[in-house]
Amino acid sequence: MKTPIYLDNHATTRMDPRVLDAMLPYFTEYFGNAASRNHEFGWVAEQAVDKARKQIGDLIGASAREIVFTSGATESDNLAIKGVAEMYAEKGNHIITAATEHKAVLDTCKKLEKHGFRVTYLPVMADGLVDLDMLKESITDKTILVTIMYANNEIGVLQPVAEIGKICRERGVLFHTDGVQAIGKVPVDVNKDNIDIMSITGHKLYGPKGAGALYVRRKNPRVQLTAQMDGGGHERGMRSGTLNVPGIVGLGEACAICQREMPEEMQRMRFLRDKLRTKIEEGLDEVYLNGSWEHRLPGNLNMSFAYVEGESLLMGINDIAVSSGSACTSATLEPSYVLKALGLGDDIAHSSIRFGIGRFNTEEEIDYVAGRMITVVRKLRELSPLYEMAKEGIDLSKVSWVTD
Amino acid sequence: MAYSDKVLDHYNNPRNVGSLDKGADDVGTGMVGAPECGDVMKLQIKVNDANGLIEDAKFKTFGCGSAIASSSLATEWLKGKTVDEALQIRNTDIVNELSLPPVKIHCSVLAEDAIKAAIKDYKTKQSKKVPSGETSMAQSVV
Repeated sequence: MKTPIYLDNHATTRMDPRVLDAMLPYFTEYFGNAASRNHEFGWVAEQAVDKARKQIGDLIGASAREIVFTSGATESDNLAIKGVAEMYAEKGNHIITAATEHKAVLDTCKKLEKHGFRVTYLPVMADGLVDLDMLKESITDKTILVTIMYANNEIGVLQPVAEIGKICRERGVLFHTDGVQAIGKVPVDVNKDNIDIMSITGHKLYGPKGAGALYVRRKNPRVQLTAQMDGGGHERGMRSGTLNVPGIVGLGEACAICQREMPEEMQRMRFLRDKLRTKIEEGLDEVYLNGSWEHRLPGNLNMSFAYVEGESLLMGINDIAVSSGSACTSATLEPSYVLKALGLGDDIAHSSIRFGIGRFNTEEEIDYVAGRMITVVRKLRELSPLYEMAKEGIDLSKVSWVTD
Repeated sequence: MAYSDKVLDHYNNPRNVGSLDKGADDVGTGMVGAPECGDVMKLQIKVNDANGLIEDAKFKTFGCGSAIASSSLATEWLKGKTVDEALQIRNTDIVNELSLPPVKIHCSVLAEDAIKAAIKDYKTKQSKKVPSGETSMAQSVV
């Protein structure tokens, strides 16, 4: 077993060597521009891109012609939301999203608010799921778009996407979902799930960074987007710019591998994830799971270790790469807004660790990580005045703390 | 974030972890910070009645590595000082010793606050102390 151990697969994934093999010839040998229609170099590149379109479409139950290539999920989210807002502005100016969305969605919505759009940020329930009744009540005759992620990047919670899509369909509202954490990890089908627009990225499913896509439904309903960049009119006029052929080949191959291996991989991820949780809970008291257990990605575990601060925990497990919702680890010095949206106190958010298990993790690594977590949490609790007070029976919520 | 060697050393081998009897007259306890802010420091000093020197100091800290290191360092510096000397310790001394980056300066401020709170608690107890020879009433533990 080699250290450091990578257990941060929601941030990014290691590229599968099979994906790299598929990409390599398209850097040097088949370097053509897929938009060059009049020679062999262009045709070869176009064929490769078309194959990737089909591979991506197959994974999500879409047709190849519904795939628009982008640079990644942030661009896809921007194109989806701003593209709909601009295209359907005459129909309405109201957008609905959720408090636990990725910043690429939230900040795009905030930008639109400055341009006269009205945005509803739905709260989530304690398990991280949106309340469907609240969604229904929020839709007005001015609503043009609902954008709610498939799976959350911090707590791995899977939203009831098919039901959300059904509600949107019934009300004639377009439904966009940021699918990056779910696609390739759990079955996603744009027809069964009633999805109109979906963001996809390569690097979360063992493909390359800088290669993404947007699924845009072509019929029932036919979705139109206003392009956000002007240029050569590539990708059915929705996204100009020379296609990143090697990246696209990699994204396609990554999708094909995920599709082939998903049933076994889901089982293996679940086994490792459950083992990690069980071992940690056997070794430590006062450990709390964040987010729904039932509606969750197979590779996600997000736990809070009471009375221990997240950054000091990360420091103690410096041979393991994970993330924390602690303020000290964020650029804004605020604890995770996702965990706060679940109604958790700041203290529990400060104590949270996100484990993201992926394709290349082994059982030996999981055993090691569980052991290290137990050792370090015990050590830090020995150091923690809060743990000492809790053991003395003091109710920490009733203490008046001395702060500046 | 990269930590300085001294922060890592205090984090890996914290000095003077533990608790003193907070009810004792010769012990001063300072507890500063709040769980929702991500930092709580408890710092205690035990002062020798005869020579007025701080003969023991203990800490427990909930917080990041820099907060743990700041309080660990503070206990090291407190030992052997008089109470008045201890009041001269400044957060900037801790920043310099541990090479704390700007985002971690609040950890050193908290450590200075903890020292002052412990000394204040000690002095309060001393002023309430009944003259020697008489039996003191048991103090209520806060």
